[in-house]
Amino acid sequence: MAYSDKLLDHYNNPRNMGALDKASDDVGTGLVGAPACGDVMKLQLKIDDKGIIEDAKFKTFGCGSAIASSSLVTEMVKGKTVEFASGISNADIAEELNLPPVKIHCSVLAEDAIKAAIADYERKQKQ
Amino acid sequence: MAVKLPIYMDNHATTPVDPRVVEAMLPYLTDNFGNAASRNHVFGWTAEAGVEQAREQVASLIGAKAKEIVWTSGATESDNLAIIGAARFNEKKGKHIVTSVIEHKAVLDSCHYLEKEGWEVTYVQVGDDGLVKPEDVEAALRPDTVLCSIMLANNEIGTVQPIAAIGAICRANKVIFHCDAVQGIGRLPFDVNEMNVDMVSISAHKMYGPKGIGALYVRRGRPRFRIDPLIHGGGHERGMRSGTLAVHQIVALGKAAELAEHELASGGVEKQRALRDRLWAGLQGRLSHLYTNGSMDARLPNNLNVSFAFVEGEALMMAIKDVAVSSGSACTSASLEPSYVLRALGVDEELAHTSIRFGVGRFTTEDEVDYVVNLVSDKVTWLREMSPLWEMVQEGIDLKSIQWAAH
Repeated sequence: MAYSDKLLDHYNNPRNMGALDKASDDVGTGLVGAPACGDVMKLQLKIDDKGIIEDAKFKTFGCGSAIASSSLVTEMVKGKTVEFASGISNADIAEELNLPPVKIHCSVLAEDAIKAAIADYERKQKQ
Repeated sequence: MAVKLPIYMDNHATTPVDPRVVEAMLPYLTDNFGNAASRNHVFGWTAEAGVEQAREQVASLIGAKAKEIVWTSGATESDNLAIIGAARFNEKKGKHIVTSVIEHKAVLDSCHYLEKEGWEVTYVQVGDDGLVKPEDVEAALRPDTVLCSIMLANNEIGTVQPIAAIGAICRANKVIFHCDAVQGIGRLPFDVNEMNVDMVSISAHKMYGPKGIGALYVRRGRPRFRIDPLIHGGGHERGMRSGTLAVHQIVALGKAAELAEHELASGGVEKQRALRDRLWAGLQGRLSHLYTNGSMDARLPNNLNVSFAFVEGEALMMAIKDVAVSSGSACTSASLEPSYVLRALGVDEELAHTSIRFGVGRFTTEDEVDYVVNLVSDKVTWLREMSPLWEMVQEGIDLKSIQWAAH
Protein backbone atom coordinates (compact mmCIF):
# COMPACT_ATOMS: atom_id res chain seq x y z
CA MET A 1 0.00 0.00 0.00
CA ALA A 2 1.33 3.43 -0.86
CA TYR A 3 1.42 5.67 2.17
CA SER A 4 2.04 9.42 2.34
CA ASP A 5 5.45 10.71 3.38
CA LYS A 6 3.87 12.30 6.43
CA LEU A 7 2.35 9.00 7.54
CA LEU A 8 5.64 7.18 7.05
CA ASP A 9 7.47 9.88 9.00
CA HIS A 10 5.08 9.54 11.95
CA TYR A 11 5.39 5.75 11.79
CA ASN A 12 9.18 5.70 11.54
CA ASN A 13 9.70 8.51 14.07
CA PRO A 14 6.72 8.37 16.39
CA ARG A 15 6.24 11.53 18.50
CA ASN A 16 5.44 11.32 22.19
CA MET A 17 5.52 7.56 22.45
CA GLY A 18 5.44 6.46 26.07
CA ALA A 19 3.36 6.64 29.22
CA LEU A 20 2.26 9.13 31.86
CA ASP A 21 1.29 8.21 35.42
CA LYS A 22 -2.22 6.91 35.00
CA ALA A 23 -2.87 7.20 38.76
CA SER A 24 -2.25 10.94 38.72
CA ASP A 25 -5.34 13.17 39.03
CA ASP A 26 -4.27 15.45 36.18
CA VAL A 27 -3.76 12.62 33.68
CA GLY A 28 -6.64 11.29 31.61
CA THR A 29 -6.16 7.88 30.00
CA GLY A 30 -8.12 6.64 26.99
CA LEU A 31 -7.84 3.00 25.94
CA VAL A 32 -9.82 2.19 22.79
CA GLY A 33 -10.01 -0.60 20.24
CA ALA A 34 -9.69 -4.35 20.73
CA PRO A 35 -6.86 -6.85 20.21
CA ALA A 36 -9.17 -9.08 18.17
CA CYS A 37 -9.76 -6.24 15.73
CA GLY A 38 -6.02 -5.69 15.34
CA ASP A 39 -5.75 -2.25 16.90
CA VAL A 40 -5.65 -0.87 20.43
CA MET A 41 -4.72 2.74 21.22
CA LYS A 42 -3.82 4.18 24.59
CA LEU A 43 -3.72 7.97 24.70
CA GLN A 44 -2.80 9.87 27.85
CA LEU A 45 -3.29 13.62 28.34
CA LYS A 46 -1.79 15.65 31.19
CA ILE A 47 -4.06 18.63 31.69
CA ASP A 48 -3.36 21.68 33.89
CA ASP A 49 -5.93 23.54 35.97
CA LYS A 50 -6.56 26.03 33.16
CA GLY A 51 -7.63 23.24 30.83
CA ILE A 52 -4.43 23.28 28.77
CA ILE A 53 -2.99 19.96 27.61
CA GLU A 54 0.56 20.12 28.96
CA ASP A 55 1.68 16.73 27.75
CA ALA A 56 0.41 13.83 25.65
CA LYS A 57 1.73 10.28 25.31
CA PHE A 58 0.55 7.30 23.33
CA LYS A 59 1.07 3.60 22.95
CA THR A 60 -0.54 1.76 20.06
CA PHE A 61 -0.91 -1.84 18.94
CA GLY A 62 -1.94 -1.70 15.31
CA CYS A 63 -0.92 -1.18 11.75
CA GLY A 64 1.31 1.65 10.54
CA SER A 65 -1.69 3.93 9.98
CA ALA A 66 -2.91 3.40 13.53
CA ILE A 67 0.53 4.18 14.96
CA ALA A 68 0.89 7.27 12.76
CA SER A 69 -2.63 8.48 13.63
CA SER A 70 -1.93 8.28 17.36
CA SER A 71 1.46 9.96 16.97
CA LEU A 72 -0.13 12.78 14.98
CA VAL A 73 -2.88 13.27 17.57
CA THR A 74 -0.36 13.81 20.38
CA GLU A 75 1.26 16.56 18.30
CA MET A 76 -2.08 18.17 17.49
CA VAL A 77 -3.27 18.42 21.09
CA LYS A 78 -0.10 19.36 22.97
CA GLY A 79 -0.33 22.93 24.29
CA LYS A 80 -3.95 23.21 23.19
CA THR A 81 -7.12 23.44 25.25
CA VAL A 82 -9.31 20.50 26.11
CA GLU A 83 -12.06 22.20 24.12
CA PHE A 84 -9.85 22.31 21.03
CA ALA A 85 -8.85 18.65 21.45
CA SER A 86 -12.42 17.45 21.80
CA GLY A 87 -13.22 19.21 18.52
CA ILE A 88 -10.68 17.19 16.49
CA SER A 89 -12.49 14.87 14.11
CA ASN A 90 -11.36 11.73 12.37
CA ALA A 91 -11.59 13.59 9.06
CA ASP A 92 -8.92 16.06 10.27
CA ILE A 93 -6.57 13.15 11.04
CA ALA A 94 -7.34 11.22 7.84
CA GLU A 95 -6.77 14.32 5.72
CA GLU A 96 -3.51 15.25 7.42
CA LEU A 97 -2.06 11.76 6.89
CA ASN A 98 -3.79 11.18 3.54
CA LEU A 99 -5.09 7.83 4.81
CA PRO A 100 -6.24 5.35 2.15
CA PRO A 101 -9.98 4.51 2.41
CA VAL A 102 -9.41 1.10 4.05
CA LYS A 103 -7.48 2.85 6.84
CA ILE A 104 -10.08 5.47 7.78
CA HIS A 105 -11.04 3.41 10.84
CA CYS A 106 -7.58 4.16 12.27
CA SER A 107 -8.45 7.87 12.36
CA VAL A 108 -11.84 7.09 13.92
CA LEU A 109 -10.03 5.18 16.63
CA ALA A 110 -7.68 8.12 17.23
CA GLU A 111 -10.63 10.49 17.61
CA ASP A 112 -12.22 8.03 20.04
CA ALA A 113 -8.96 7.91 22.01
CA ILE A 114 -8.95 11.69 22.50
CA LYS A 115 -12.56 11.67 23.69
CA ALA A 116 -11.93 8.72 26.01
CA ALA A 117 -8.86 10.38 27.54
CA ILE A 118 -10.76 13.63 28.17
CA ALA A 119 -13.71 11.74 29.64
CA ASP A 120 -11.35 9.93 32.02
CA TYR A 121 -9.77 13.24 33.06
CA GLU A 122 -13.17 14.85 33.68
CA ARG A 123 -14.31 11.85 35.70
CA LYS A 124 -11.23 12.18 37.90
CA GLN A 125 -11.83 15.91 38.37
CA LYS A 126 -15.37 15.32 39.58
CA GLN A 127 -14.25 12.88 42.24
CA MET B 1 28.66 -9.26 6.84
CA ALA B 2 27.58 -7.76 3.58
CA VAL B 3 24.01 -8.62 2.73
CA LYS B 4 22.39 -7.33 -0.41
CA LEU B 5 19.06 -5.60 0.23
CA PRO B 6 16.16 -6.10 -0.23
CA ILE B 7 16.04 -9.71 0.97
CA TYR B 8 13.40 -12.00 -0.52
CA MET B 9 11.85 -14.35 2.04
CA ASP B 10 8.39 -14.75 0.50
CA ASN B 11 8.94 -17.88 -1.56
CA HIS B 12 5.37 -19.12 -1.03
CA ALA B 13 4.09 -16.12 -2.99
CA THR B 14 6.42 -16.73 -5.88
CA THR B 15 10.00 -17.80 -6.53
CA PRO B 16 12.64 -16.13 -8.67
CA VAL B 17 13.23 -17.76 -12.06
CA ASP B 18 16.37 -19.87 -11.85
CA PRO B 19 18.97 -18.53 -14.33
CA ARG B 20 19.32 -22.03 -15.80
CA VAL B 21 15.59 -21.95 -16.55
CA VAL B 22 15.92 -18.58 -18.28
CA GLU B 23 18.76 -19.97 -20.35
CA ALA B 24 16.70 -22.97 -21.39
CA MET B 25 13.66 -20.96 -22.44
CA LEU B 26 15.28 -18.09 -24.33
CA PRO B 27 15.98 -19.96 -27.62
CA TYR B 28 12.27 -20.72 -27.84
CA LEU B 29 11.57 -16.98 -28.01
CA THR B 30 14.04 -16.44 -30.84
CA ASP B 31 15.26 -19.17 -33.20
CA ASN B 32 12.80 -21.86 -32.10
CA PHE B 33 9.67 -19.75 -32.22
CA GLY B 34 7.52 -22.25 -34.08
CA ASN B 35 4.01 -23.38 -33.27
CA ALA B 36 4.15 -26.85 -31.72
CA ALA B 37 1.01 -27.72 -33.68
CA SER B 38 2.69 -27.07 -37.06
CA ARG B 39 3.21 -30.61 -38.29
CA ASN B 40 4.80 -29.95 -41.66
CA HIS B 41 7.98 -27.97 -41.12
CA VAL B 42 11.06 -27.91 -38.97
CA PHE B 43 9.96 -24.90 -36.91
CA GLY B 44 6.95 -26.81 -35.69
CA TRP B 45 8.96 -30.00 -35.10
CA THR B 46 11.55 -28.17 -33.00
CA ALA B 47 8.87 -26.52 -30.89
CA GLU B 48 7.06 -29.81 -30.45
CA ALA B 49 10.29 -31.52 -29.40
CA GLY B 50 10.82 -28.86 -26.72
CA VAL B 51 7.26 -29.32 -25.45
CA GLU B 52 7.54 -33.10 -25.35
CA GLN B 53 10.87 -33.01 -23.55
CA ALA B 54 9.28 -30.74 -20.94
CA ARG B 55 6.39 -33.16 -20.60
CA GLU B 56 8.89 -35.92 -19.80
CA GLN B 57 10.68 -33.69 -17.30
CA VAL B 58 7.50 -32.76 -15.40
CA ALA B 59 6.23 -36.35 -15.49
CA SER B 60 9.56 -37.61 -14.15
CA LEU B 61 9.40 -35.25 -11.16
CA ILE B 62 6.06 -36.73 -10.00
CA GLY B 63 6.44 -40.35 -11.15
CA ALA B 64 3.89 -39.96 -13.95
CA LYS B 65 3.84 -40.76 -17.68
CA ALA B 66 4.41 -37.90 -20.11
CA LYS B 67 0.99 -38.37 -21.72
CA GLU B 68 -0.64 -37.64 -18.35
CA ILE B 69 0.59 -34.02 -18.27
CA VAL B 70 -1.75 -31.27 -19.55
CA TRP B 71 -0.37 -27.74 -19.90
CA THR B 72 -2.37 -24.88 -18.43
CA SER B 73 -1.84 -21.18 -17.74
CA GLY B 74 -1.08 -21.85 -14.09
CA ALA B 75 -2.36 -23.57 -11.01
CA THR B 76 -5.57 -21.53 -10.77
CA GLU B 77 -6.57 -22.86 -14.19
CA SER B 78 -5.39 -26.35 -13.23
CA ASP B 79 -7.58 -26.31 -10.11
CA ASN B 80 -10.58 -25.00 -12.07
CA LEU B 81 -10.10 -27.58 -14.82
CA ALA B 82 -9.69 -30.44 -12.36
CA ILE B 83 -12.67 -29.61 -10.18
CA ILE B 84 -15.17 -28.19 -12.64
CA GLY B 85 -14.01 -30.47 -15.46
CA ALA B 86 -14.28 -33.65 -13.41
CA ALA B 87 -17.56 -32.56 -11.85
CA ARG B 88 -19.20 -31.79 -15.20
CA PHE B 89 -18.11 -34.99 -16.90
CA ASN B 90 -19.18 -37.20 -14.01
CA GLU B 91 -22.35 -35.52 -12.80
CA LYS B 92 -24.51 -38.50 -13.73
CA LYS B 93 -22.88 -40.33 -10.83
CA GLY B 94 -23.79 -37.65 -8.32
CA LYS B 95 -23.28 -34.02 -7.41
CA HIS B 96 -21.24 -34.04 -4.22
CA ILE B 97 -17.65 -32.89 -3.60
CA VAL B 98 -15.42 -33.12 -0.53
CA THR B 99 -12.66 -30.62 0.17
CA SER B 100 -11.12 -28.86 3.19
CA VAL B 101 -11.62 -25.43 4.74
CA ILE B 102 -7.97 -24.41 4.24
CA GLU B 103 -7.71 -25.06 0.50
CA HIS B 104 -6.42 -22.36 -1.83
CA LYS B 105 -9.06 -19.94 -3.11
CA ALA B 106 -8.76 -21.43 -6.59
CA VAL B 107 -10.16 -24.69 -5.18
CA LEU B 108 -12.68 -23.12 -2.80
CA ASP B 109 -14.05 -20.71 -5.38
CA SER B 110 -14.34 -23.48 -8.00
CA CYS B 111 -16.42 -25.39 -5.43
CA HIS B 112 -18.52 -22.30 -4.66
CA TYR B 113 -19.15 -21.93 -8.39
CA LEU B 114 -20.42 -25.51 -8.60
CA GLU B 115 -22.61 -24.97 -5.54
CA LYS B 116 -24.44 -22.31 -7.53
CA GLU B 117 -25.04 -24.98 -10.18
CA GLY B 118 -26.66 -27.27 -7.64
CA TRP B 119 -23.67 -29.22 -6.38
CA GLU B 120 -23.23 -29.95 -2.69
CA VAL B 121 -19.81 -29.51 -1.11
CA THR B 122 -18.60 -30.77 2.26
CA TYR B 123 -15.77 -28.69 3.72
CA VAL B 124 -13.75 -30.88 6.09
CA GLN B 125 -12.35 -29.05 9.13
CA VAL B 126 -8.71 -29.14 10.20
CA GLY B 127 -7.26 -29.56 13.69
CA ASP B 128 -5.34 -26.81 15.49
CA ASP B 129 -2.24 -28.35 13.86
CA GLY B 130 -3.61 -27.39 10.45
CA LEU B 131 -3.95 -31.00 9.34
CA VAL B 132 -6.83 -32.82 7.66
CA LYS B 133 -7.63 -36.17 9.27
CA PRO B 134 -8.13 -38.97 6.70
CA GLU B 135 -10.97 -40.37 8.81
CA ASP B 136 -12.79 -37.04 8.52
CA VAL B 137 -12.53 -37.25 4.75
CA GLU B 138 -13.82 -40.83 4.85
CA ALA B 139 -16.75 -39.77 7.03
CA ALA B 140 -17.62 -36.99 4.59
CA LEU B 141 -17.85 -39.33 1.56
CA ARG B 142 -21.33 -40.22 0.34
CA PRO B 143 -22.63 -42.58 -2.35
CA ASP B 144 -23.04 -39.57 -4.64
CA THR B 145 -19.54 -38.14 -4.01
CA VAL B 146 -17.76 -37.65 -7.32
CA LEU B 147 -14.63 -35.80 -6.34
CA CYS B 148 -12.37 -35.03 -3.41
CA SER B 149 -9.78 -32.21 -3.49
CA ILE B 150 -7.16 -31.82 -0.76
CA MET B 151 -3.97 -29.77 -1.05
CA LEU B 152 -0.50 -31.23 -0.56
CA ALA B 153 0.86 -28.30 1.45
CA ASN B 154 -0.81 -25.14 2.65
CA ASN B 155 0.35 -21.87 1.16
CA GLU B 156 0.18 -19.93 4.44
CA ILE B 157 1.21 -22.30 7.21
CA GLY B 158 3.04 -24.93 5.15
CA THR B 159 1.32 -27.91 6.76
CA VAL B 160 1.64 -31.11 4.71
CA GLN B 161 -1.49 -33.23 4.46
CA PRO B 162 -1.57 -37.04 4.59
CA ILE B 163 -2.25 -37.30 0.87
CA ALA B 164 -1.40 -41.00 0.43
CA ALA B 165 -3.88 -42.04 3.15
CA ILE B 166 -6.63 -39.76 1.84
CA GLY B 167 -5.93 -41.01 -1.69
CA ALA B 168 -6.30 -44.63 -0.57
CA ILE B 169 -9.69 -43.84 0.96
CA CYS B 170 -10.86 -42.13 -2.23
CA ARG B 171 -9.60 -45.00 -4.36
CA ALA B 172 -11.43 -47.54 -2.20
CA ASN B 173 -14.63 -45.51 -2.52
CA LYS B 174 -14.28 -44.88 -6.28
CA VAL B 175 -14.01 -41.12 -5.76
CA ILE B 176 -11.78 -39.08 -8.07
CA PHE B 177 -8.98 -37.51 -6.00
CA HIS B 178 -7.45 -34.16 -6.95
CA CYS B 179 -4.46 -32.66 -5.13
CA ASP B 180 -3.39 -29.03 -5.41
CA ALA B 181 0.33 -29.71 -4.98
CA VAL B 182 1.57 -26.25 -5.93
CA GLN B 183 3.42 -25.48 -2.69
CA GLY B 184 4.81 -28.97 -2.18
CA ILE B 185 6.10 -29.96 -5.62
CA GLY B 186 9.87 -29.60 -5.69
CA ARG B 187 10.00 -29.16 -1.91
CA LEU B 188 8.84 -32.66 -1.01
CA PRO B 189 9.24 -36.03 -2.77
CA PHE B 190 5.95 -36.69 -4.58
CA ASP B 191 4.95 -39.77 -6.58
CA VAL B 192 1.47 -39.91 -8.08
CA ASN B 193 1.22 -43.67 -7.61
CA GLU B 194 2.40 -43.73 -4.01
CA MET B 195 0.04 -40.84 -3.27
CA ASN B 196 -2.99 -42.49 -4.90
CA VAL B 197 -3.90 -39.28 -6.72
CA ASP B 198 -5.88 -38.93 -9.97
CA MET B 199 -5.21 -35.26 -10.70
CA VAL B 200 -2.43 -32.93 -9.52
CA SER B 201 -2.13 -29.15 -9.99
CA ILE B 202 1.35 -27.76 -10.58
CA SER B 203 2.59 -24.19 -10.99
CA ALA B 204 5.91 -23.17 -12.54
CA HIS B 205 6.43 -19.95 -10.61
CA LYS B 206 6.40 -21.69 -7.25
CA MET B 207 9.32 -23.86 -8.34
CA TYR B 208 11.75 -21.35 -9.87
CA GLY B 209 10.02 -21.17 -13.24
CA PRO B 210 8.14 -18.27 -14.86
CA LYS B 211 4.60 -17.08 -14.12
CA GLY B 212 1.77 -17.87 -16.48
CA ILE B 213 2.41 -21.59 -16.95
CA GLY B 214 1.27 -24.64 -15.03
CA ALA B 215 0.22 -28.19 -15.52
CA LEU B 216 -2.48 -30.61 -14.54
CA TYR B 217 -1.61 -34.26 -14.14
CA VAL B 218 -4.57 -36.35 -15.30
CA ARG B 219 -4.26 -40.07 -14.66
CA ARG B 220 -4.70 -42.40 -17.65
CA GLY B 221 -5.66 -46.01 -17.22
CA ARG B 222 -7.25 -47.49 -14.15
CA PRO B 223 -9.28 -46.33 -12.48
CA ARG B 224 -10.53 -44.72 -15.66
CA PHE B 225 -12.14 -41.30 -15.56
CA ARG B 226 -12.43 -38.28 -17.80
CA ILE B 227 -12.91 -34.54 -17.50
CA ASP B 228 -14.74 -31.90 -19.53
CA PRO B 229 -12.59 -29.08 -20.93
CA LEU B 230 -13.17 -25.50 -19.83
CA ILE B 231 -11.50 -23.93 -22.87
CA HIS B 232 -12.62 -24.98 -26.32
CA GLY B 233 -10.80 -24.57 -29.60
CA GLY B 234 -8.23 -26.48 -31.59
CA GLY B 235 -8.34 -29.64 -29.51
CA HIS B 236 -4.85 -29.28 -28.09
CA GLU B 237 -3.79 -31.36 -25.11
CA ARG B 238 -6.01 -34.27 -26.15
CA GLY B 239 -9.00 -31.96 -26.10
CA MET B 240 -8.67 -31.12 -22.43
CA ARG B 241 -7.17 -27.66 -22.95
CA SER B 242 -7.27 -25.94 -26.31
CA GLY B 243 -5.01 -23.05 -27.18
CA THR B 244 -1.64 -22.68 -28.90
CA LEU B 245 1.01 -23.98 -26.55
CA ALA B 246 3.23 -21.38 -24.84
CA VAL B 247 6.33 -23.24 -25.95
CA HIS B 248 8.97 -21.10 -24.22
CA GLN B 249 7.09 -21.23 -20.93
CA ILE B 250 6.49 -24.96 -21.19
CA VAL B 251 10.21 -25.53 -21.87
CA ALA B 252 10.91 -23.40 -18.80
CA LEU B 253 8.55 -25.42 -16.60
CA GLY B 254 10.22 -28.59 -17.86
CA LYS B 255 13.67 -27.28 -16.97
CA ALA B 256 12.40 -26.11 -13.57
CA ALA B 257 11.06 -29.62 -12.94
CA GLU B 258 14.38 -31.18 -13.90
CA LEU B 259 16.23 -28.85 -11.52
CA ALA B 260 13.71 -29.53 -8.73
CA GLU B 261 14.17 -33.28 -9.14
CA HIS B 262 17.93 -32.85 -8.94
CA GLU B 263 17.65 -30.62 -5.89
CA LEU B 264 15.43 -33.12 -4.06
CA ALA B 265 17.98 -35.85 -4.75
CA SER B 266 21.05 -33.82 -3.83
CA GLY B 267 20.07 -32.34 -0.47
CA GLY B 268 19.19 -28.85 -1.64
CA VAL B 269 15.87 -29.01 0.15
CA GLU B 270 17.58 -30.04 3.39
CA LYS B 271 19.70 -26.91 3.08
CA GLN B 272 16.49 -24.89 3.07
CA ARG B 273 15.22 -26.77 6.11
CA ALA B 274 18.44 -25.93 7.96
CA LEU B 275 18.02 -22.25 7.08
CA ARG B 276 14.39 -22.27 8.22
CA ASP B 277 15.41 -23.92 11.50
CA ARG B 278 18.21 -21.38 11.94
CA LEU B 279 15.69 -18.57 11.46
CA TRP B 280 13.28 -20.00 14.03
CA ALA B 281 16.03 -20.75 16.57
CA GLY B 282 17.46 -17.26 16.09
CA LEU B 283 14.12 -15.56 16.69
CA GLN B 284 13.43 -17.69 19.76
CA GLY B 285 16.85 -16.78 21.11
CA ARG B 286 16.02 -13.07 20.98
CA LEU B 287 12.26 -12.85 21.63
CA SER B 288 9.61 -14.25 23.95
CA HIS B 289 5.89 -14.77 23.31
CA LEU B 290 6.31 -16.34 19.87
CA TYR B 291 3.75 -18.83 18.60
CA THR B 292 4.10 -20.99 15.49
CA ASN B 293 0.93 -21.59 13.48
CA GLY B 294 0.36 -25.16 12.32
CA SER B 295 2.25 -28.38 12.92
CA MET B 296 6.04 -28.00 12.97
CA ASP B 297 6.45 -31.70 12.09
CA ALA B 298 4.20 -32.15 9.05
CA ARG B 299 5.40 -28.95 7.43
CA LEU B 300 7.17 -27.74 4.32
CA PRO B 301 10.92 -27.57 4.97
CA ASN B 302 11.11 -23.90 3.96
CA ASN B 303 8.07 -22.51 5.80
CA LEU B 304 7.85 -20.65 9.09
CA ASN B 305 4.58 -19.02 10.13
CA VAL B 306 4.88 -17.33 13.48
CA SER B 307 2.80 -14.93 15.54
CA PHE B 308 4.75 -12.16 17.27
CA ALA B 309 2.26 -11.47 20.07
CA PHE B 310 1.41 -7.80 20.81
CA VAL B 311 2.83 -6.57 17.48
CA GLU B 312 0.49 -6.11 14.51
CA GLY B 313 1.68 -7.84 11.33
CA GLU B 314 1.43 -4.97 8.87
CA ALA B 315 3.24 -2.62 11.25
CA LEU B 316 6.05 -5.16 11.54
CA MET B 317 6.24 -5.55 7.77
CA MET B 318 6.56 -1.77 7.44
CA ALA B 319 9.36 -1.79 9.99
CA ILE B 320 11.30 -4.48 8.11
CA LYS B 321 10.61 -3.04 4.67
CA ASP B 322 13.90 -4.37 3.26
CA VAL B 323 12.73 -7.91 3.93
CA ALA B 324 9.90 -9.36 1.85
CA VAL B 325 7.50 -11.54 3.88
CA SER B 326 3.71 -11.91 4.19
CA SER B 327 1.24 -11.53 7.02
CA GLY B 328 -2.09 -13.12 7.95
CA SER B 329 -3.12 -9.82 9.47
CA ALA B 330 -6.38 -8.28 8.36
CA CYS B 331 -4.59 -5.04 7.65
CA THR B 332 -2.70 -6.60 4.77
CA SER B 333 -5.83 -7.88 3.06
CA ALA B 334 -8.32 -5.93 1.01
CA SER B 335 -11.20 -7.44 2.97
CA LEU B 336 -9.83 -6.41 6.40
CA GLU B 337 -10.50 -9.98 7.49
CA PRO B 338 -7.69 -11.95 9.11
CA SER B 339 -6.51 -15.09 7.31
CA TYR B 340 -9.24 -17.74 6.90
CA VAL B 341 -6.58 -20.39 7.24
CA LEU B 342 -5.48 -19.18 10.68
CA ARG B 343 -9.11 -18.85 11.77
CA ALA B 344 -9.77 -22.42 10.64
CA LEU B 345 -6.97 -23.56 12.97
CA GLY B 346 -8.70 -21.77 15.83
CA VAL B 347 -5.86 -19.25 16.18
CA ASP B 348 -7.05 -16.35 18.38
CA GLU B 349 -7.93 -13.38 16.21
CA GLU B 350 -5.52 -11.20 18.15
CA LEU B 351 -2.71 -13.63 17.37
CA ALA B 352 -3.79 -13.92 13.72
CA HIS B 353 -3.20 -10.17 13.42
CA THR B 354 0.40 -10.68 14.54
CA SER B 355 1.33 -13.52 12.18
CA ILE B 356 4.17 -13.38 9.69
CA ARG B 357 4.89 -15.99 7.00
CA PHE B 358 8.52 -16.57 6.10
CA GLY B 359 9.44 -18.72 3.12
CA VAL B 360 13.13 -19.35 2.54
CA GLY B 361 14.19 -20.50 -0.90
CA ARG B 362 16.83 -21.99 -3.13
CA PHE B 363 18.85 -18.77 -3.14
CA THR B 364 18.53 -17.83 0.54
CA THR B 365 21.85 -17.59 2.41
CA GLU B 366 22.85 -17.98 6.05
CA ASP B 367 23.91 -14.34 6.14
CA GLU B 368 20.46 -13.30 4.98
CA VAL B 369 18.82 -15.42 7.68
CA ASP B 370 21.06 -13.90 10.36
CA TYR B 371 20.30 -10.40 9.09
CA VAL B 372 16.55 -11.11 9.20
CA VAL B 373 16.78 -12.55 12.73
CA ASN B 374 18.48 -9.38 13.96
CA LEU B 375 16.26 -6.96 12.10
CA VAL B 376 12.99 -8.66 13.05
CA SER B 377 14.07 -9.02 16.69
CA ASP B 378 15.04 -5.34 16.93
CA LYS B 379 11.81 -4.15 15.32
CA VAL B 380 9.55 -6.47 17.34
CA THR B 381 11.24 -5.18 20.49
CA TRP B 382 10.69 -1.59 19.32
CA LEU B 383 7.04 -2.18 18.43
CA ARG B 384 6.41 -3.98 21.72
CA GLU B 385 7.77 -0.94 23.57
CA MET B 386 5.11 0.97 21.66
CA SER B 387 2.36 -1.59 22.33
CA PRO B 388 -0.15 -0.93 25.14
CA LEU B 389 -0.85 -4.66 25.20
CA TRP B 390 2.80 -5.48 25.91
CA GLU B 391 2.79 -2.84 28.67
CA MET B 392 -0.31 -4.38 30.25
CA VAL B 393 1.16 -7.88 30.11
CA GLN B 394 4.35 -6.58 31.78
CA GLU B 395 2.15 -5.12 34.52
CA GLY B 396 0.62 -8.55 35.02
CA ILE B 397 -2.78 -7.70 33.51
CA ASP B 398 -4.64 -10.56 31.86
CA LEU B 399 -5.73 -9.17 28.49
CA LYS B 400 -8.62 -11.60 28.37
CA SER B 401 -10.04 -10.08 31.58
CA ILE B 402 -10.61 -6.73 29.87
CA GLN B 403 -13.91 -5.78 28.26
CA TRP B 404 -12.71 -4.58 24.87
CA ALA B 405 -15.06 -2.56 22.74
CA ALA B 406 -15.12 -4.28 19.36
CA HIS B 407 -15.29 -1.86 16.47
